[in-house]
Amino acid sequence: MPKKFIIDKKSVDFFKKISELSGEIITLCDQCGTCSAGCPVIEEMDITPSQMMRMVMLGDEDVMESKTMWLCATCNTCTVRCPRELDVSKVAEALRQVKLRQSMDKLNIDKIPKEELAELPQIALVAAFRKLTS
Amino acid sequence: MKIGVYLCECGGNISKVIDLDTVNKFVGTKDSIGVARIHSNMCSGAGQKLIIDDIKKLGLDKIVVAACSPQFHEKTFRVAMEKAGLNPYVLEIVNFREHCSWPLKKQPKIATEKAKNLVNIGIEKVRLDYPLEKKMFKMENRVLVIGAGIAGIQASLDLADAGKDVTLVEKEASIGGKMALLSKTFPTEDCAACILSPKMADVEANPKIKLYTNTTITKTSGHRLHFDIEAEINPRFIIPKIDMDQCLSCKKCEEICPVSVPNEWEQGIMDRKAIYTPAALAIPFKYLIDKENCLHFKDDSCNKCAEICPQNAIDFTQKVEKLKFTVDNVIVATGFDLIDPNLKPVFGYDRYKNVVTGMEMERIVDHINENPPPREVGNKVAFIQCVGSRDKQIGNEYCSRVCCMYATKLASLLKMERPETDIYIFYTDIRAYGKGFEEYYKRAQEMGIKYIRGKVAEINEDPDTNNLVLKAEDTLSRKIIETEFDLVVLSTGLQLSKSSDTIIDSLKLSKSSDGFIKEAHLKYRPVDTLIEGVFVAGTAQGPKDIPDTVAQASASAARVIGTLAKEEFEIDPILAFVEENKCDGCKKCLPSCPKNAFQMNDKNKAVVDEALCVGCGACISSCPQDAIDLRGYSNSQIIASVEAALEFKEKDEYRVILFADDAATYRLADIVGVRKMFYDYNIYIIRVPSGSRITPKLMTHTFIKGADAIMIGDNVKKSSAFPWSKKMTLENIEVVNEKIKKSGIDGERIFYSEFSSGMLQEFITIANETVKTVKKYSKITKEKLNKLKEIF
Repeated sequence: MPKKFIIDKKSVDFFKKISELSGEIITLCDQCGTCSAGCPVIEEMDITPSQMMRMVMLGDEDVMESKTMWLCATCNTCTVRCPRELDVSKVAEALRQVKLRQSMDKLNIDKIPKEELAELPQIALVAAFRKLTS
Repeated sequence: MKIGVYLCECGGNISKVIDLDTVNKFVGTKDSIGVARIHSNMCSGAGQKLIIDDIKKLGLDKIVVAACSPQFHEKTFRVAMEKAGLNPYVLEIVNFREHCSWPLKKQPKIATEKAKNLVNIGIEKVRLDYPLEKKMFKMENRVLVIGAGIAGIQASLDLADAGKDVTLVEKEASIGGKMALLSKTFPTEDCAACILSPKMADVEANPKIKLYTNTTITKTSGHRLHFDIEAEINPRFIIPKIDMDQCLSCKKCEEICPVSVPNEWEQGIMDRKAIYTPAALAIPFKYLIDKENCLHFKDDSCNKCAEICPQNAIDFTQKVEKLKFTVDNVIVATGFDLIDPNLKPVFGYDRYKNVVTGMEMERIVDHINENPPPREVGNKVAFIQCVGSRDKQIGNEYCSRVCCMYATKLASLLKMERPETDIYIFYTDIRAYGKGFEEYYKRAQEMGIKYIRGKVAEINEDPDTNNLVLKAEDTLSRKIIETEFDLVVLSTGLQLSKSSDTIIDSLKLSKSSDGFIKEAHLKYRPVDTLIEGVFVAGTAQGPKDIPDTVAQASASAARVIGTLAKEEFEIDPILAFVEENKCDGCKKCLPSCPKNAFQMNDKNKAVVDEALCVGCGACISSCPQDAIDLRGYSNSQIIASVEAALEFKEKDEYRVILFADDAATYRLADIVGVRKMFYDYNIYIIRVPSGSRITPKLMTHTFIKGADAIMIGDNVKKSSAFPWSKKMTLENIEVVNEKIKKSGIDGERIFYSEFSSGMLQEFITIANETVKTVKKYSKITKEKLNKLKEIF
């Protein structure tokens, strides 16, 4: 069943916060879907990047539970193609920041098996820590 | 000299604030006053009659009317003076109401004092007024229409109907423009060729239309209503049918020609020969040789067409023919080009065989029933909308307006002919705004054409099958579509045709931010350009469909007919002139004039082309010899006004002279008055045509005569008839500021502002602040003024 969504102060504040953190004019998004169709990791995502933009515009905080912002590799394919010159990756980054400020680490190094840790390239670990941990 | 001074009560609007008797007594103290009267309503018939009678009986030769703003009744009194046999330009209107009694409604004493000063300005200026003659320019009936697409064709036919002599110039070998290339037209699905060819034939047959095809405009010069045109007719290398009926279009040459090249008319889906006619419906239906590809021109290896021609009509020696003519008005109908699809490399237009433009699809659909068709379409076809438009990445933010409907049309036509074809249109928004468009869109949906809301991100070609894999998000279902298509049509947007650029430069037209030709006013003067006598029609002004193009073409023709109906064109005599004996031929005025109105005569003296001069006064400061002046706003007249405004200034008083441009600042002050809004009464407003009229010399004189500061108000650049004024004025101010500094006068004393009619509060704030600022400075002493004089 489609969920009922109520636009209230909370949702408007969430939209404002993400706008401010990302520095992007999210209301400019035309919902053309170019970002989604060109995204190299789209198959792993639960919601599409354009859907993420839409949810932020609505102020729907459910977007915080999606994997999409974590999967964004900031490759900027969407940014160079967006007909409105929006930087979608900055919006994903803003969402990550909000989540990280709640001090919930996405990556727990203790839980990674030692054997796997030995195999992982160091640079990947550093990048993952930077992106997923505050 | 006998000056008549008339003080108007304006039914109490003036007399309830200003004590007119006191002012009248003051007028009596001035020299050469023939009569001074007070009247309840000067603008009434009785008031006008008073002036007429006085002129006749008392022999008045100058008139001052102190009443409302000149924008209301200057013309009224000029007409009255003409009736009495006096030149209408020896009149000064003193703005008692808007600039004095209304803003100073609550300070009647101050208002009366200020009124004395204001009438003093009028009297002193009118002394220097002299008769001016209205300039009339004769016009004939000659109109140039550039571009023979549907816009140029419609405009030419309308003009010819109205009896105008039309010269229609087309750069291509045939008229018809882009419309002639279309399969059918939306939303009615009329065959484009069927509804266009009769009009094309009418153009060729009409004796009032002189048609030049294969011809480019190389130069235009002249002005408002007299344009000298130069053009070049490119050779066809075929002797035309004149008396001898040489070329009979027997096709023998075309059949024997060994060269095959892509046919431009058919968008390259078919070939043509090097000797050819552009199309079966071409007008004029004449053969021509494509010099670029003809072997005779390449290496002299072929002469087959000339050998086979039974009429000896082929002439390889033809040269470019130069053409010169004069017209009174011009309509620019230079149309559009498709935006280059290669600007979007993700769609691979130059790499993938099966990616075509909308225009190519027009030709493909037009030939689809041929056996075999020149190009097959396959079973699965996709259209991609907004290619090149609505795209900030390539700098085109505008909507091209026709692509939604032409894609819908092409899809519908294809579906009708090949019902088994699966057709998808990838769009961001469907804009079905025109008459019958929404219904047409709905019909396409009924036919089973699938509209998918999502822009295609990229296309990849399967190198074996040449099929195209297209990636897009269906933003309504949030599914990522990755599917193979046989053919992809790019709905490319519209941009101004590249060939328009030389015409725009030559006629000094402007472009709007979307790159199309700028109209004089988007709402009220949509077919006029910023250059008088030049009009615009069709897609050269912006993307539009055929009905809008035809409507606009008829509108521009109507504007031309209206302009030329006057036969004579009257221009205000407020124009620059050169005192020949002072001019030393240095030519510095030439680049100073934004309208290029200066020329050197055979005696090497500068002369003003009065048909070009717009009376802004920007040239005056360029002349080192002070040889240039402006009629109606001469140096001596402005100095006299300034002197009169400061004549009765008390020692401890501060006065600021506001040079207000006539179009904006002066009228803004009027509106402030109408609203009875108070601003500092130490501001004295002097009307000028533009800020750039105030030369460094005039500014210096204003200080020497006793002003404490100068304000210069100009129209905001965006809506100004003299957009160059700001830059020039600021340069002039810079010159004076330096001299002021050197003479030891303290503080910034020249203030420049741009105003528009809505800036009431800004006007008041700036005026008040200026006086406040200046009052903080020390008084300008005589010694410092003497030093300023010296430096100057």
